[in-house]
Amino acid sequence: MAVATDPLLSVKDIVVDFKTRYGIARVLDHVTLDVNSGEILGIVGESGCGKSMTALSIMGLVPDPPGKVTSGSIKIGGMELVGMQLDSLRQIRGKDIGMIFQEPMTSLNPVFTVGEQIAESVRLHENASPKAAMDRAVEMLKAVDIPEAERRARAYPHQLSGGMRQRVMIAMALACRPKVLIADEPTTALDATVQAQIFDLLQDLQEETGTAIILITHDMGAIAELADAVAVMYAGRVVEKGTVDAVLSAPQHPYTKGLITCVPHLEPDPPVERHELMEIPGVVPALTELGKGCAFAPRCGEATEKCSVEEPQLLATGDKHLTACWVAQQERAQ
Amino acid sequence: MGLWSTVAERVGYGLLLLVAVLILNFALISIAPGDIADTIAGDMGGADASVIEEIRTRYGLDQPFYVQLWRYLSRVVQFDLGYSYFYNTPVTTLILEKLPATLLLVFSAQILAVITGTLLGVLAAKKPNGAVSLTVTFLSLFGFAAPVFWTGILLIILFVSIFPLFPVAGMMDVTVEGGFFVKTLDVLHHLVLPMITLASIFLALYSRLARASMLEVLGADYVRTARAKGVPERGVLYKHALRNALGPVVTVAGLQFSAVISGAVVVEAVFSWPGLGTLALQSILARDTPTIMGILFFSSVVVIIFNILTDITLRFIDPRIKSG
Ligand SMILES: Nc1ncnc2c1ncn2[C@@H]1O[C@H](COP(=O)(O)OP(=O)(O)OP(=O)(O)O)[C@@H](O)[C@H]1O
Ligand code: SF4
Ligand SMILES: [Mg+2]
Repeated sequence: MAVATDPLLSVKDIVVDFKTRYGIARVLDHVTLDVNSGEILGIVGESGCGKSMTALSIMGLVPDPPGKVTSGSIKIGGMELVGMQLDSLRQIRGKDIGMIFQEPMTSLNPVFTVGEQIAESVRLHENASPKAAMDRAVEMLKAVDIPEAERRARAYPHQLSGGMRQRVMIAMALACRPKVLIADEPTTALDATVQAQIFDLLQDLQEETGTAIILITHDMGAIAELADAVAVMYAGRVVEKGTVDAVLSAPQHPYTKGLITCVPHLEPDPPVERHELMEIPGVVPALTELGKGCAFAPRCGEATEKCSVEEPQLLATGDKHLTACWVAQQERAQ
Repeated sequence: MGLWSTVAERVGYGLLLLVAVLILNFALISIAPGDIADTIAGDMGGADASVIEEIRTRYGLDQPFYVQLWRYLSRVVQFDLGYSYFYNTPVTTLILEKLPATLLLVFSAQILAVITGTLLGVLAAKKPNGAVSLTVTFLSLFGFAAPVFWTGILLIILFVSIFPLFPVAGMMDVTVEGGFFVKTLDVLHHLVLPMITLASIFLALYSRLARASMLEVLGADYVRTARAKGVPERGVLYKHALRNALGPVVTVAGLQFSAVISGAVVVEAVFSWPGLGTLALQSILARDTPTIMGILFFSSVVVIIFNILTDITLRFIDPRIKSG
């Protein structure tokens, strides 16, 4: 990896709180991530660990109320996004950062043609004429391998399959050539063969455009294949992060170890079979009930007394490798 | 299914419905005690039994029910709705003369109610706990609870004695001289108060509906997508969300047309608006059966036409609607 310059996107100590009936839920707890240009950062973790919320906080789309970004900083190209005026923020959304959502079936507006929806983004950010914007839309549809792009541009979302709709979402997110693309579980709702196609498409587009990608997924195989760096999240925290090579070949957090049932072979050929996250016994504690200590302690096989008293910080446990675990940090120190 | 085949299907159903309405009307009127013969006899200042019998034979009233019904239906098909003895005019002529005034009132009130109701609903949905939202809830409760004639009379009092801006009776001022443009303006000027009164009842319904529909749509994934690509909040509300929220409002507005027409009867009476409602009241008081049946027939035709128009509008709003 290149020598670390200033990261393109830097998320620092982001805290997101939600007001719920049962009290304040700390949905993100000091999440820190860096994305360098041209890099693919994978984010993995169980359902509810805050992956989508991390993405939404970068977009400034945390539903408020009941949620709120309480503290922290998010910078893109040195520009601070937290607390930015909505009017300036919306010029960054879609232009500098594009986002693909988890649900292709409902993420497109049913009453506009897909061409119009892609073109709208171009018109908003590039002062393009309607004709030029529509031409770009068709061009983008071709870029995401949609056959008969001119005709499909005039189709409504309900006339397309789920895989097609996700391609349209990708085309829309990339239409203004953003610096960062956030793909929030872009394949969860699709069947296996389509999943592989979408991942291949993302990889190709990334190589062509050099867009940095934050890839949120449950699919460890996809991470091994596509990502340069990976962050593992648990209960609203980043518990381990580092280069894919380091984290996948030598996971240090007990939670990450549990996630990786078998280390994917990092062969040049992409493995055909994809490894789903292994079931880890126990459940994620309710976010309103988290006390002091390590959030993973109730489910951890390696927990010590200290674990339930004091919360471990995310510290270096190897080269380009950080882990928030007392035991891992101790091993490193020895 | 294409647009035209949908329209053809709707027109077909509409015609069937019309026949049903005609049969029902005819049956209802025949059940009611007394007939034209009694009315005519009454108008003549009383007549003896043989004269009444003669009138009955002349108008076919002595025939069995189905024969009378068949004759009536075949006359209606030729746009012959009979003759009004009260007004001494063919019923069709009588109705066509009054129909435009009612259509103008009903249509303008409906449009006013749908547009302002929707806008209020959108504003309310923008801040579901804000002041506008509360005002909408309050106003719609108020508008819903207040009887039409009460709203009308209140407006009359307000505009007669406090702000004499709008005429409170009739449809035009005979003293106004001028060309078509001036006359049109005069009619519109007279239209304001009856239109507002009639719209006020339905405004309540539409604004609550639009509010609920908008609140639901604003939580949809595609609204988040719109925000994520940088659409300004105005565009999110009025383009992405509203276009989707409009469906239920238009559907209900279409179903409400018959209610608006019934409301117009009262409003016309309050503001002496020379439309079908006023005609209907007079003919009921005069027991002018052919005219009453003619009005019922025409109102059904109008309601059916509006329903077809609603269906077509819905297809333009939501491309997912193919038929049904
Ligand atoms: N409106 C809300 N009110 C309260 N809590 C919420 C709300 N929305 C999300 N959360 C909480 O925020 C946490 C993080 O949610 P998030 O959607 O980021 O999870 P995720 O990691 O994306 O999961 P998944 O894999 O299921 O998409 C969850 O525990 C969830 O319960
Ligand atoms: S800090 Fe303790 S409880 Fe937490 S993961 Fe490490 S060993 Fe387990
Ligand atoms: Mg998610």
